[in-house]
Amino acid sequence: MWTLEIEPDGPASAAAAPGQFNMLTAFGVGEAAISLSGDPAEPGRLVHTIRAVGPVSHALAQLRPGAALGLRGPFGAGWPMAEAAGRDVVIMAGGLGLAPLRPAIYRLLAERARYGQVQVLYGARSPADILFRRELESWRRRLDVEIEVTVDHAAVSDWRGHVGVVTTLLGRAAFDPANTVALVCGPEIMMRFCAAALGDAGVKAEAIHLSMERNMKCAIGLCGHCQFGPVFICRDGPVFRYDQVAGLLRHKEL
Amino acid sequence: MDHQGPSVLTALGLQALFDSLRHRGYRIVGPKVRDGAIVYDDLDGVADLPQGWTDEQAPGRYRLARRDDAALFGYAVGPHSWKAFLHPSVQRLWTARREGDAVTVTPEPTSAERFAFIGVRACELKAIEIQDRVFVGGAHIDPHYRARREGAFIVAVNCAEAAGTCFCVSMGSGPKVEAGYDLALTEITEGEHRFVVEAGSEAGRQVLAELQAHAAMDGDLDAAEAVVQRTAASMGRQMRSDDLRELLAANLEHPRWDDVADRCLTCGNCTMVCPTCFCTSVEDSSDLTGAESSRTRRWDSCFTMDFTHVPGGSVRASARSRYRQWMTHKLSSWVDQFGTSGCVGCGRCLTWCPVGIDITEEVRAIRESPSKQGAGT
Amino acid sequence: MSGAAKDIEEIVREHAFFEGLLEPFGKLISGCAKNVHFQPGEYLFHEGDAADQFYLIRQGCVALEIKAPGRGAITFQTVREDEVVGVEWLIPPYRWSYDARAAEFTRAIAMDGACLRRKCEADHDLGYEVMKRFMPVLIQRLQAAQMQILDVYGEQA
Repeated sequence: MWTLEIEPDGPASAAAAPGQFNMLTAFGVGEAAISLSGDPAEPGRLVHTIRAVGPVSHALAQLRPGAALGLRGPFGAGWPMAEAAGRDVVIMAGGLGLAPLRPAIYRLLAERARYGQVQVLYGARSPADILFRRELESWRRRLDVEIEVTVDHAAVSDWRGHVGVVTTLLGRAAFDPANTVALVCGPEIMMRFCAAALGDAGVKAEAIHLSMERNMKCAIGLCGHCQFGPVFICRDGPVFRYDQVAGLLRHKEL
Repeated sequence: MDHQGPSVLTALGLQALFDSLRHRGYRIVGPKVRDGAIVYDDLDGVADLPQGWTDEQAPGRYRLARRDDAALFGYAVGPHSWKAFLHPSVQRLWTARREGDAVTVTPEPTSAERFAFIGVRACELKAIEIQDRVFVGGAHIDPHYRARREGAFIVAVNCAEAAGTCFCVSMGSGPKVEAGYDLALTEITEGEHRFVVEAGSEAGRQVLAELQAHAAMDGDLDAAEAVVQRTAASMGRQMRSDDLRELLAANLEHPRWDDVADRCLTCGNCTMVCPTCFCTSVEDSSDLTGAESSRTRRWDSCFTMDFTHVPGGSVRASARSRYRQWMTHKLSSWVDQFGTSGCVGCGRCLTWCPVGIDITEEVRAIRESPSKQGAGT
Repeated sequence: MSGAAKDIEEIVREHAFFEGLLEPFGKLISGCAKNVHFQPGEYLFHEGDAADQFYLIRQGCVALEIKAPGRGAITFQTVREDEVVGVEWLIPPYRWSYDARAAEFTRAIAMDGACLRRKCEADHDLGYEVMKRFMPVLIQRLQAAQMQILDVYGEQA
C-alpha cells in the first residue's frame, strides 16, 4: 500500500469533491483510475492511496520524490455531502475502500457541527492491513465521532479490538435510521451485505450510497469499459444511490 | 444548372462528381472489390466501384456474385463501415518526452483530412448519427472524431438490394436515406443507367450545381421511389424493436443466454463489423530508454476477457455474460445512455459471425418465452 | 425460591439474547444458569473439551480462537455484551471446536447445557423457543465464515 502525493505543475485542476478520482499515468507504462484520499480542505495536495496490484500501480508506487507523472481529473460523482447535512452519518468501509471515504471523513470532522451522529465502521483483513491506522487512532480519541474497526482474523498477540465482519459493528452503532445517510465503500460483496444490513436497521435505500469499481480507460464515458447495465461507472458514478444500482447488483457478471 | 429539386446524373456525370470532390480537396473513399468482399477504400474514380457485382449474405455467410446488369451499387453492406475512417481502429492520443524529472506531453493534433464518403447507405447514416451522439453529443467530446466528422462530405445511396441479413426497416433506419447527407443517389438500372440525385446540404447543393445534371422527370422520380419500395419489401430479416429496451432489461437471467453462450466463440467479430460499436482501449509504449513514450487508442471489444479486468479477475468471465453485455447494450441500455437504439439493422453482425448467430433470432427466442424474473432496473 | 435465584432469572430475561422471553420459559431456563466471571487471559473453555455450557456475555469481551502451527492462536470472532458464546452444547457430540478466551474482564451467565437439553426435550415449546434464538447465531457465524473464506479484502478481491 502506497500513499502518493502530487503537486500539480500544470494548469490547476478543479478542487476535487470527496469520493472523486483521478486518472494517473506512469509514462511508458499506462494509466489507472485512483481515488483521491486526501483532505479536501487542502486542494493543492493531491493525495492518492495505491495498492500495487498491476503494472501501472506498481510503476506509480516506485516513483521517486520529484518524479513526474501524468494526471487527469478529478472525475465522477462523489459522496453526497450536502445531503448528509443535519443528519446522522454512518460510514462503512472495507479494506482499501477506506481511501475514497477518507476525504468525506475529513469533511465531516471539519464541519462537525453540521451533522448529527457520525459513525465510522471499518473492516479490514487483519490488523496489519488496516489503512491510516494512526489517523484512525487519533480520530478515536475525539468524543464527537465513533470509530470502530474490526478485522476478519487476528493473531492473538497483536490485536485487542473486534474480530468479525463489519456488519456486526452496525448493531452497536448509535444512529437514527430514519434520519441517516450511509456512505459505503469496499469490495462489492461487502457493500451488498452492508446495504442489506443498513436496510434491516431501517435505513432507506435512497439514503445509502455505494462507490463502485470497474475497469476504466477514459474516465469520461467514451471507452465503454466501465458499463454497469445502463450506467457508466466513471461518468454516472462512481458513487451511486443504492436504489439506483440494487437491481443491477443482483445480476452476476453484469 | 440552377433548379433546386432532384436531378439526374449519368454514370459519366458521376465521374464528374468524383472529379469535383477531388478538386475540392476531398479524399474519396467508397466501395471497392478486394479480397473477395466489397470494402471501403480509396477510390480513383467510378471505375473502381464494384460494377456488376452483388453480395449474397446469410448468417455466417458472405459471397460475391456477378449481376446481370452494370449496377455500381447493386449490393448491400460489407465488413467495413465508415467508423473505420471517422473513429479509426488505431489513434495515437499523445506523445511524451522526458528530460530529467520533467515530462512534456504533446497531444496528437487532430486530423485535417477531409473525406468524401461515396455510397453511404441509410443504415450507415443512422450509425454515424448514433456515433455522433457518443463522441460529440455529450459533456465530453472526442476531438479526433469531431475533426474527421466535421470535414466529411457524404454521398449517400438508396439501397437497391437488401441482403438476406438486412433488417433496417425493423429498426426504422432505411432503406431510404432521410437526412444527414450532402448528396443522395438512387441508382436506376432499368432503361438508361442513371442516378437521381438530391442535395441535403448547402455543400451538396454547391457541388451539384456544378455538375451536368438535368432536372429529374416524373418518370425518374417514380423509378427511384420504386427502387426503395422494392428494397423495403425484400428485407431478409425482421425484428420487432419498439419494446426491446424493456424486454431485454427484464430478461437478464433468461436461459437463452446460456444457449447462445454454447454457440458464441467470443471472437468479437460482431463488435468489429458493427458500425456503432465504439469501445476502445489504450496502450502506452516507450522507447528503450524511457525518454519517449506515447499513448495509442485502439478499438476494443466487450467480448475480450481483459475488457472488464479488475484486480482479481474479469467481471464478465463467461461467454454468457459477454454476449449478454453486447446484445443488451446494443438494443437496450444504449437507449438509456444515448436516447436511441445502438442497432441500425445492417445485418453485419449476423453475416460476419463465424457461427452465424442471428441477433433477430436471439431476440425472438427471448420474446417468445420471457422469463418470470430478472428485472434489471 | 431464594433471592439469588430470582436475581439470576431477572438477569437472564433482561439479557438481549433472551429478550421478550415468556415468564415460564425464563423460570425454566434460569434453573440451569449461574453467574460466572473471567479475568483477562482466562479461558472459558478449550478446543476438544466437552461442550456442556453456553455463555450469555454481560460485560467484557471473549475472543474465539484457533491454534495454528507457526501462526500461534488466530482470533476469528470476538463476542461482546448482549451476545452469546457457544452453540456446540446443542448438537452431539457436544464438544468445543475452538478456544474461548476472556480478552477483558468478563462477566457472564453460564448455562448448563445438559440441564437445558433435558428441559427442552421435556417441553418442546421451550425447545423451539431456544432453537429460534440460537439459529440466527449459527447463521450469522456461517455468513461471517463465508466472508472470511472469500477473503474479500485480500489481494484477489
